[in-house]
Amino acid sequence: MTPRLFAGLAGAVVAFAAVAQNSTVDGIAKYREALQDGNPAELWEARGEGLWKEPRGPNKVSLERCDLGLGAGVVKGAYAQLPKYFADADRVMDLETRLVWCMVKLQGISEADAKKNPFGNGNDKKSNIEALVAYVTSESRGVKMNVSVAHPKEMQMYRVGEKMFYFRGGPHDFGCVTCHGADNQRIRLQDLPNLTKIEGAQKAYTTWPAYRVSQGELRTFQWRLNDCFRQQRFPELEFGSDASIALTMFLAKNANGATFDAPAIKR
Amino acid sequence: MNRRRRQVLKSGSGVTLLALIAAAGWLKPGDASAQSWNKAAFDTKSMADTMKALGGGEPVQSKDIIFFQTPDIAENGAVVPVGITSNIPKTESIAVLIEKNPNMLAAVFDIPPGTEPSISTRVKMGQSSNIYALVKADGKYFVAAKDVKVTLGGCGG
Amino acid sequence: MADPMKIRATLVGDSTEIKVLMSHEMETGQRKDAQGAVIPAWFIQNVTVAHGGTTVLAAQWGPAVAKNPFLSFKFKGGAKGDKVTIAWVDNRGDKRTDEATIA
Repeated sequence: MTPRLFAGLAGAVVAFAAVAQNSTVDGIAKYREALQDGNPAELWEARGEGLWKEPRGPNKVSLERCDLGLGAGVVKGAYAQLPKYFADADRVMDLETRLVWCMVKLQGISEADAKKNPFGNGNDKKSNIEALVAYVTSESRGVKMNVSVAHPKEMQMYRVGEKMFYFRGGPHDFGCVTCHGADNQRIRLQDLPNLTKIEGAQKAYTTWPAYRVSQGELRTFQWRLNDCFRQQRFPELEFGSDASIALTMFLAKNANGATFDAPAIKR
Repeated sequence: MNRRRRQVLKSGSGVTLLALIAAAGWLKPGDASAQSWNKAAFDTKSMADTMKALGGGEPVQSKDIIFFQTPDIAENGAVVPVGITSNIPKTESIAVLIEKNPNMLAAVFDIPPGTEPSISTRVKMGQSSNIYALVKADGKYFVAAKDVKVTLGGCGG
Repeated sequence: MADPMKIRATLVGDSTEIKVLMSHEMETGQRKDAQGAVIPAWFIQNVTVAHGGTTVLAAQWGPAVAKNPFLSFKFKGGAKGDKVTIAWVDNRGDKRTDEATIA
């Protein structure tokens, strides 16, 4: 076989493999596009809006006076500026911890009850938190991320979150950075966003919460972090913990400038 | 009746197209507006069982049945978008069958006059398989197939 | 009672386009719980869409329709302000009927 013919064949084999790889990537892209029309997350948004407006708890009061950072009852654009320092609680809170705060302070629900079922499981075990998050986040769709770190406690949370992102531990010596610290990494067919770069950070944060087809549920950012910890074989990330807020603060602020586009739909 | 001739009609995959119509439950005459649910049709597990309920005409492969917004690869078999348009005149029904699911028949849509013979929905696929679009038009049966690969099965767990 | 459906009915030329999301487990009956017991099948069996007293679509479903089902189709006719009714019945006899206005 002449060298030129051999090179030609080798080139053809490489090109064929590349085409096969690309057609898989294209196929997945088409699948994701076909899913966009009709997002079951809307069912959670509707339920969440109902829960926001319904008088509930011992105090029989709705959440319509809950201050999510833009003033009492202002929902539009609220998610895009969270997490945030709240003077009345003297701490930095993300959406979920703020919702729990409002359920406790306004509605008189106990903190244990408010935090009881953060991640739903089927029609028999629906999570009110997930529905409320779906509703509130839907009211930030189209808004540019604008998380502030001006307050010292906000900056502190950001720095702690940053440390956590790079911290390696657990039986596999994993850190968030292990999966999300480089370009072109994937687990099986799932591309892993590089969260240390602005494009990756923006695209990842602005597409949560999302209806996860594989879960059959609307999943929030608290769930996403909790599941990452599980996949890294870390101890459980407690719902609403300072650790979860710190990581959320780090990732949310890094997405600043991007347009929020959730609730989304993912595999 | 020459049974050998019917056996010869088997397609390459071993699934007879006649079995598909039986699976779709079109063998019983039924009022489209009645709220009946054809249990037998949705219970078909093996081709042999469905072949027992033979009737109706042989479905013809048709290029006038189009799949739209149906991906070649589904990231998760729990939710596979399927869109089917029938350009065959006098379409009465469109059924969706998934060859390798535990039960083949997924859905049947009765199309009254005035409704476009085109539906879009989502199905579960247990594994990579052919999706059959079975159309009944003017009393005759037509079929088209599309191969859909599934990276993660969507039936259990 | 099940959660309400999310229905969108829009006039497209001289046709009405219906897009509906239903809240339903659509349990196949193939899954087992943590104790190994089969989770019983629970799924929508019949769907009827009506406009002006006429059925514009009637469907029979099995458990292979995806959870939280989505359905989209078009019918000729309809005018802004008209009502469209969608009803489903599941294998437990649970029902749900919701209405939407054509926009």
